[in-house]
Amino acid sequence: MSNINSKIPEGPLAQKWTYYKEHQKIVAPANKRKLDIIVVGTGLAGASAAASLGQMGFNVKSFCIQDSPRRAHSIAAQGGINAAKNYQNDGDSVYRLFIDTIKGGDYRSREANVYRLAEVSNNIIDQCVAQGVPFAREYGGVLANRSFGGVQVSRTFYARGQTGQQLLLGAYQAMMRQVHEGTVTLHTRSEIVDIVIIDGKARGVITRNIVTGKLERHFAHAVVLATGGYGNTFFLSTNAMGSNGSAIIRAYQKGAYFANPCFIQIHPTCIPVHGDFQSKLTLMSESLRNDGRIWVPKKKEDAEAIRAGKLKPTEIAEEDRDYYLERRYPAFGNLVPRDVASRAGKERCDAGYGVNTTGRAVFLDFKEAIERLGKKTITERYGNLFQMYQKIENDNPYETPMMIYPAIHYVMGGLWVDYELQTNIPGLYCCGEANFSDHGANRLGASALMQGLADGYFVLPYTIQNYLAGEIRTDRMSTDLPEFEEAEKNSQLRFEKLKNINGKRSVDSIHKELGNIMWEHVGMGRTKKGLEEGIKMIVALKKEFWSNVRIPGDMEGMNVELDKASRLADFLEMGELIARDALSRNESCGGHFREESQTADGEALRDDKNFAYVSCWKYQGENADPELNKEELNYENVKMVQRNYK
Amino acid sequence: MESFLNLTIKVWHQKGPTEKGRFESYKVEHISTDSSFLEMMDILNEKLIKENKEPIAFDHDCREGICGMCSLYINGRPHGPDDDITTCQLYMRKFKDGETITVEPWRAAAFPVIKDLIVDRTAFDKIIAAGGYISVGTGGVPDGNNIAIPKDIAEQAMDSAACIGCGACVAACKNSSAMLFVSAKVSQLALLPQGKAESKRRAKNMVKKMEELGFGGCTNTRACEVECPKNISVSNIARLNREFLKSEFSE
Ligand SMILES: Cc1cc2nc3c(=O)[nH]c(=O)nc-3n(C[C@H](O)[C@H](O)[C@H](O)COP(=O)(O)OP(=O)(O)OC[C@H]3O[C@@H](n4cnc5c(N)ncnc54)[C@H](O)[C@@H]3O)c2cc1C
Ligand code: SF4
Ligand code: FES
Repeated sequence: MSNINSKIPEGPLAQKWTYYKEHQKIVAPANKRKLDIIVVGTGLAGASAAASLGQMGFNVKSFCIQDSPRRAHSIAAQGGINAAKNYQNDGDSVYRLFIDTIKGGDYRSREANVYRLAEVSNNIIDQCVAQGVPFAREYGGVLANRSFGGVQVSRTFYARGQTGQQLLLGAYQAMMRQVHEGTVTLHTRSEIVDIVIIDGKARGVITRNIVTGKLERHFAHAVVLATGGYGNTFFLSTNAMGSNGSAIIRAYQKGAYFANPCFIQIHPTCIPVHGDFQSKLTLMSESLRNDGRIWVPKKKEDAEAIRAGKLKPTEIAEEDRDYYLERRYPAFGNLVPRDVASRAGKERCDAGYGVNTTGRAVFLDFKEAIERLGKKTITERYGNLFQMYQKIENDNPYETPMMIYPAIHYVMGGLWVDYELQTNIPGLYCCGEANFSDHGANRLGASALMQGLADGYFVLPYTIQNYLAGEIRTDRMSTDLPEFEEAEKNSQLRFEKLKNINGKRSVDSIHKELGNIMWEHVGMGRTKKGLEEGIKMIVALKKEFWSNVRIPGDMEGMNVELDKASRLADFLEMGELIARDALSRNESCGGHFREESQTADGEALRDDKNFAYVSCWKYQGENADPELNKEELNYENVKMVQRNYK
Repeated sequence: MESFLNLTIKVWHQKGPTEKGRFESYKVEHISTDSSFLEMMDILNEKLIKENKEPIAFDHDCREGICGMCSLYINGRPHGPDDDITTCQLYMRKFKDGETITVEPWRAAAFPVIKDLIVDRTAFDKIIAAGGYISVGTGGVPDGNNIAIPKDIAEQAMDSAACIGCGACVAACKNSSAMLFVSAKVSQLALLPQGKAESKRRAKNMVKKMEELGFGGCTNTRACEVECPKNISVSNIARLNREFLKSEFSE
């Protein structure tokens, strides 16, 4: 039924990638210099891609919205990165990492992609060590590991609670070396506002210079989007303030499929919301669940007393605590996957056992771990997270349990890409969190860093050559071509339109309203009725935005409100698409929980007969509903079964 | 316990790099002590937008102390009146009701103001491009466990690698020196066996670039270390000086 070609190579699962590499077309060194590649984004995916492509000899143009490539949101990743090294000799292997990822993703990812990811995971660790990433070590000098949720081996490599920072700095430095060599040109504080397509192929971008406000045109033989996730559609999330979905929404509006937009990860351990002024949520890394135990009071009256400030958690006796994850999932305990942990926490709070003044929090307790391992070890493992918590909550987690609650964290959905990471627009590629590829309906902890770097260092630099080999006779094009002209004009009109609305409401006030709609209607528990209402509300809010937003300041020069308004316009499109996808997927899987589809004990119930596909949305114009296309998921090596972490 | 503050915010306004700047004072009311400093700035900006005025531009992104984007000089201190934090991790409980809070951009010749509180720190990227890396390409590297790295060396390298590139050290220094930033990277890579081969050259090229870009020299005032949100120690500068001397001798 589907005409969507994912271009999975022939052969047995374990040989596909090798076969592909042996048979793909490559570009000769002398021709590489003549080929331009635009890489949008300098997170793990973008920086590693730009560094690798530059070193190969391509002419790379790199873009990011921050003042420095090193500040991409990947910098904030805390806990670690997975690899199937089996250094711990605990039975790990490429195959086991593959299976864990497929199962963790609730059987909604592509076998071949996931296998390749597991296969290259080991190269990533070697690469990062060679770059000088200071991974944690054992006394003997070998690399140390910790465990993450959803698995029973210890395969996560880490650099204290700053793994993302260290990996990104490694990739950034490799890229800056190429800047020095002249193969990569940097464009910072530069935002992609449109993608230029000529004769059906991606040929460049229109950017807005955030400092001058000027629109600029850039040509390339191929364009790579590595712009990260769209979690900020929900306003409050663990993402950085500038994380956005604009570039991929623009690609979607130009005809690229948007895949599985409703697959969004809600992370169980974040610092709870305080008040209306809240601007973002802070993650407390999943690695904390290695040693921390999650609980709420067993008795409702205790929970009430805690909420009223009459009782302290430390005063509750051991037998009056409900370690609900250990109780419900004895095999995995506190280390169940994120979607399972988040729902279990919400269930306890909904039932009236929540803590914090709001009743929307549970405890994460280190008392036992500190007794067992000593405070020093705990500080070594999680010191910066404890400090972060203390600064925000004004409370000492060494002495009293942390309070945590689920929050929007990561998006599994994104631009549809084939095995080569190419979208359905020739010459347009997508890497990292921005694509949909490897995590199915739920991502396992420490696998996003793995995927971003796999894409950027080891996959895209090969696969893009298969396309570029056919472009060696295409000369650099002039940016005076009518297609560039028109794209720039449309962007100009769009910004003028925004600026001239001259309404009454600030961008943030509308964004917060969108966030509330999303959280209430398109959040952790989704229903047909709620989603339908949500869509109506988003459509109405879109109208409100386009008629009542107020953007002070000028078109020229820096205008932060104008930047934000442009991104919000796209979040509103994103929100609607998420809700539509969630409505059409009448099953529960991974992070997508339809209340209509659950087992007797409240676990997510998949419907493989009707929904074992990737939903690929095709834009049909401003006033038409998008069209749903399906890429069937054919499992040849793994049997789809109901997940069980009990 | 949460309480509420009424404050006067005296903040730097500057339209563009070549324009003259000035202070402007605003009142904000009923600010929760549980809100962050930047959330207070959001509230102030929301108020300005309501009054149809242009909001105050400031840099920020992660709002959890790791990206190094936030950069305010608050009451005479880079990152404000708390220790071991960035501006985005500063909470309003550090202030008193009725207080006037002065907010300025980083001030250093090598960090020109772009607008209001936003400065241009691309000079830091240029210093890294001059040599702040180990020269390995993608692929063809040995197994990660091939070189054993003693735990304490890895930990020390990590201490230096924790620098977030915020520039507070430059803003705190009367010479606007970037020595703490440069030395943190030089130390991290010089400590690790993988980085040793290039360590002299690296130190020399990075320091040369730093001087070229208009940062001042280090006169050991240690102001940088005091204000560094990531506790980068001045002992890194001593290590840099050793690497630098070695490179001079080997010329
Ligand atoms: C707090 C936190 C902790 C995490 N911890 C972990 C962890 O421990 N392990 C793990 O595996 N994963 C973790 N993750 C997830 C992981 O960090 C991200 O999925 C991953 O870093 C995304 O990388 P990326 O390269 O795809 O995008 P990003 O790092 O988000 O980079 C996006 C880039 O695109 C640029 N950009 C965006 N839009 C535009 C535009 N329109 N024009 C130009 N440039 C643009 C930005 O400037 C930036 O350079 C964590 C996430 C969060 C939020
Ligand atoms: S050394 Fe400290 S103050 Fe200087 S840039 Fe690094 S983190 Fe900031
Ligand atoms: S906003 Fe990222 S460190 Fe402050």
